[in-house]
Amino acid sequence: MSTPSESRTRARAMQTFEPHRAGIPPLVPYVREMWGRRHFAAELSRATMRAAHSRTFFGQFWLVLNPTLSALVYYLLVVIIAGGSKGPEFFAHLLVGLFAFNFISASMSMGAASVVGGGRLVMNTAFPRLLLPLSAVRTAFLRFLPSLVIVVAFFLLRVNGAFDGWQAAAGKGPATPLHFSPVQLLAVPVFGLIMLFACGLAAFMATLQVYFRDMTSFLPFFTRIWLYLSPVLWEVEGAHEKVKQLLAFNPIFRLFEVWGDVIVRGTVPDSGVWLAAAAWSLGSLLVGSLFLMSREREFAVRV
Amino acid sequence: MSSLSEFDASAADTDAGGLTKPVKDVTDEVAVRVENVSVTYRTTFERVPTLKQAMVRFGRGQKAVREVHAVRNVSFDVPKGSVLGIIGHNGAGKSTLMRTIAGILPPNEGRISVSGRVSTLLALGVGFNTQLTGRENVMLGGLASGLSRAEIMERYQEITDFAELGDFIDAPVRTYSSGMFSRLAFSVAVHMRPDILLIDEALSAGDAQFKNKANAKMQELVDNASTMLLVSHALGTIKTICNDCIWLDHGVLKMRGNPAEVVAAYTDFVKVKQSAEVLEDL
Repeated sequence: MSTPSESRTRARAMQTFEPHRAGIPPLVPYVREMWGRRHFAAELSRATMRAAHSRTFFGQFWLVLNPTLSALVYYLLVVIIAGGSKGPEFFAHLLVGLFAFNFISASMSMGAASVVGGGRLVMNTAFPRLLLPLSAVRTAFLRFLPSLVIVVAFFLLRVNGAFDGWQAAAGKGPATPLHFSPVQLLAVPVFGLIMLFACGLAAFMATLQVYFRDMTSFLPFFTRIWLYLSPVLWEVEGAHEKVKQLLAFNPIFRLFEVWGDVIVRGTVPDSGVWLAAAAWSLGSLLVGSLFLMSREREFAVRV
Repeated sequence: MSSLSEFDASAADTDAGGLTKPVKDVTDEVAVRVENVSVTYRTTFERVPTLKQAMVRFGRGQKAVREVHAVRNVSFDVPKGSVLGIIGHNGAGKSTLMRTIAGILPPNEGRISVSGRVSTLLALGVGFNTQLTGRENVMLGGLASGLSRAEIMERYQEITDFAELGDFIDAPVRTYSSGMFSRLAFSVAVHMRPDILLIDEALSAGDAQFKNKANAKMQELVDNASTMLLVSHALGTIKTICNDCIWLDHGVLKMRGNPAEVVAAYTDFVKVKQSAEVLEDL
């Protein structure tokens, strides 16, 4: 009567619950449990996407409309209002950085809501809580993907000679005009690093939100300030000296430097820059997930 | 008072080793083994904890965090196929003990061994996000508790039929009546083919007709050698359904044994306490 999958679950069904040494659940079984329930995280993210789009008029179309509109807003703000001295290459830098930044900020805000929003699931079911913020990052990633359409479209237009008038009006030409090169394939591993960074941040925010419910009110301001202090709407060359000094402490500075170099400028940065970027992203992942794991026992009585 | 606690100690002794033969492996005959378990957790007085409150409190040098010693050094075994009732006053640690056995709130001391799949039906209802539909919730709840997609699909029809939801299964859970909500929760919990079912005061699910159906379903589970742990204030239910019973008092295991005897001792104790309070009032 019992199916093979069922007998398998029964064979490994012997469970022991003991106090966690050093306040953190044993890592290897934890990760194994997480892997075993990866479909839960995927399904949760899928259900969230469905719920979010079922009640709007444009539905899924928003996924493309949203980045288009925000690109337009920043085009107005930075290119037109700032006096027309910025060319299309600068705008490409802005788009590419802005969409990656939006992914991080979405991971952060949805991650913050993930554990508290998990409500009864957290109170009644035993599963590794880290899955909740990771599921939020998956959702943020799926929302990020459509914005790539706009980036690719802009690149295609530019490479084929569009925006030359804009270029001429902006004045001096860019150091490297936009082009397609194999270097841009490196964007995939770079985005991997950005994703690890976002996972750590989401886990960290999810934990803080359990203790301080008003975090969600601070978050938009914090995100806005972070955006202005990061080289997304401006370039490092020609930035204010004070802002430049702060860059070394900005966790996303190196990540975004690699990201922009690889995609917009088509160059491969020095290994030191890569190392710094990787260190920040792994550090964020480690700190965020360990912070969550050290507190997750309390979630069941705090949520 | 002292004679009572002596009696408890001896009762606990016979249960731990005297009557049943020593069990080598927990998977052989014992479904749940609780060994010297203590559960403490910190919780807050605040309804909604905020950073603002935290800063105000920090400024005043106050603390809103309170330590709750919910379960203190409790040990017992639950043999396979038995139905264990857990009784005690409000805040005696019954629900915390259930959560600890389910693995939601790991113990601070001691050890809990559980053999088989655990399914929970706790007082707060199954893990449901009210924005999502009943169907999505069943899938999410099942996946979170470790079932595979195929296993859930296999049970899906049974679950929805049993819950008698009709078309509402595809409506968001926020549109459900409380009866529909608890029927679905109950149906999910019992259809996961659990080896161990933890039920916390959920027998009031639905109307009289559904209650009968629920009782029949639970009987079926017990007949199929599932183990059940039941927390309830309905002492009559405990006496009819359970074949074993423990009484928790302020987190301590006060008595264990035949449900009728434990319930009688508990009711006596509550009466004595009440009349003492009444006397004090006068």
